[in-house]
Amino acid sequence: MILLLLKRIGFMIFTMIVVSIILFLLLETGLTGDPATRVLGNFASDEQKEIWRDQQGYNQPVIVRYAKWLGNFATGNLGTSIRYKGPVKDVLLPRLWNTAILGFWTFAIMIPLSLTLGILSGMKEGSLLDRTISVFGILTTSVPEFASAVFFSALFVFGLKWLPGTSSMSDGFEFKQLLLPAMVLVVYDFGYVARMTRASMAEVMTSQYVRSAVLKGLPYRQVIIRHALRNALIAPFTVIMLQINWLLSGVIVVEFFFAYKGFGALLLEASLNNDIALLEACAMVAVVVAVSSQTIADIGYTFLNPRIRFS
Amino acid sequence: MTTESTTQMPSVGYGAAILRFIKSFGLLRESWVGMIGAVLVLFWVIVAVFAPLIAQFDPNASIQPFAKPGAVAASGSTFWLGTDHMGRDILSRIVWGSRTVLIYAPLATLSAYTVGILMGLMAGYRGGLVDDILSRISDIILSFPVLVLYIIVIATIGASGFNIVIAITFASSPGIMRIVRGLVLDLRNRDYVAAAQTRGESDWRIMLVEILPNARGPLIVDACLRLGYVIITIGVLGFLGLGLPPPDPDWGGMVNETRQMAMVFPHMTLFPCIAISSLILGFNLLADGLREISLRD
Repeated sequence: MILLLLKRIGFMIFTMIVVSIILFLLLETGLTGDPATRVLGNFASDEQKEIWRDQQGYNQPVIVRYAKWLGNFATGNLGTSIRYKGPVKDVLLPRLWNTAILGFWTFAIMIPLSLTLGILSGMKEGSLLDRTISVFGILTTSVPEFASAVFFSALFVFGLKWLPGTSSMSDGFEFKQLLLPAMVLVVYDFGYVARMTRASMAEVMTSQYVRSAVLKGLPYRQVIIRHALRNALIAPFTVIMLQINWLLSGVIVVEFFFAYKGFGALLLEASLNNDIALLEACAMVAVVVAVSSQTIADIGYTFLNPRIRFS
Repeated sequence: MTTESTTQMPSVGYGAAILRFIKSFGLLRESWVGMIGAVLVLFWVIVAVFAPLIAQFDPNASIQPFAKPGAVAASGSTFWLGTDHMGRDILSRIVWGSRTVLIYAPLATLSAYTVGILMGLMAGYRGGLVDDILSRISDIILSFPVLVLYIIVIATIGASGFNIVIAITFASSPGIMRIVRGLVLDLRNRDYVAAAQTRGESDWRIMLVEILPNARGPLIVDACLRLGYVIITIGVLGFLGLGLPPPDPDWGGMVNETRQMAMVFPHMTLFPCIAISSLILGFNLLADGLREISLRD
């Protein structure tokens, strides 16, 4: 168990280091175009570029620069954002907090919904309810986030006039503005989690111990709650943890659409404006969040599943 | 593959294979979900092929800005879906845009599959160090949030059709590799592989001629799903302003350009969204139907 834990954490650190090298090579070296041109624009003179390179320390050897860059990152010095003309950290932290709020509500709606639907359809595989839920799931996962954002806005903002069309929170936090972004994210994602839950539940329902529970005359409700669910919910735990990785992609589209001041919109803005320091920080944060949630998913799965824990 | 392989497979074999392929589509009749999917996909393919005949206007010509759906142009033709802020006919743009999607999405999927299959075959069949290295690389790429990966790649190499294909190949081939690797691990211990090894055939010939055709079932289903997903990706990139450069029509880009005006002119964003959703739905339903049929046998 401890060995597995160490192995997972070791791989996590290894991944982060490799990713940091790739990011550094892509954005900070001449591999994909001159960084000076990227920052100063196409019309900067050679002289200006040279001065900038000298100032930013771009004339030092690559390895020295990478070591410095990584050292700065590790100590929390994320550099200066060109667009916001200030330390990246001050820009990034409030944005991350906003996205965390959005993510929390998305999960708070999605998890109960998708688990319930998945369990209901997994209980009786092939039933009409099962088929209906599965086709409905395919339907909702087929609509890209930006399209469902358009559809929802058309319905709830312009049609019924129930909800605001933007979520910029310019007059302070308002829960109403959070509803549409969260709804779009839930609708796109719950189908997948429901399908995974269904598969897990359907497998458990065919197992020997559920059959003996039924045969010994337990009420159906008790068979499901006491016997089937405990095992059927192990796999969805992993799936849900892995959805954090997906959420990091989803929030980019949704935050951009609804002008929500979150992390995803910031990342997109940084890339469109060639704000390299900001983009690097955002990308690293995304990878750290993604990789740690995957590690937690793996460790949690082992912990929850006695068959692996005691082998 | 040298002449040797063609002599071993007479043309009759190909004819039978093609016949079987067509018959396998007939099987779709057993799944109404799959049928609906096939019809949706076929509809868009026909629209894309006959785009010049269906579209009544030049997709990039500014004719009459802000026309409502059903308005009649000076030329006597009707803007069935209205026009956008630059006066371009939305129906014509959607019709021509179907070509963009149906060219780049299969191209990107094919490219990702070529790389993914080669990597998966090598990792699964050779095993050992090759497997370790390839699996580690794909683990690392897959640990990235996909869209973050696309944004970084596109931001560094620039937005163009070719670069989108490269970015999609880079991001999705590891997933394909995993599937192929899993299938190969199962198939490589079969008798016919052992027979081929005894005959002294080369590794690549065994991988491509003996193993790959037998792994096709799950791969076809996955390819269908992935095509839908690639269309989402292309749409999302267009929507974020990282897609194909304007003015050529691209469904995601159309939504991006007109979303500021959605308050007053909802038709500008609504119709491209319906178009892209219906095409993706088509591929996803088709994949579901194919999977259902493949499980039944």
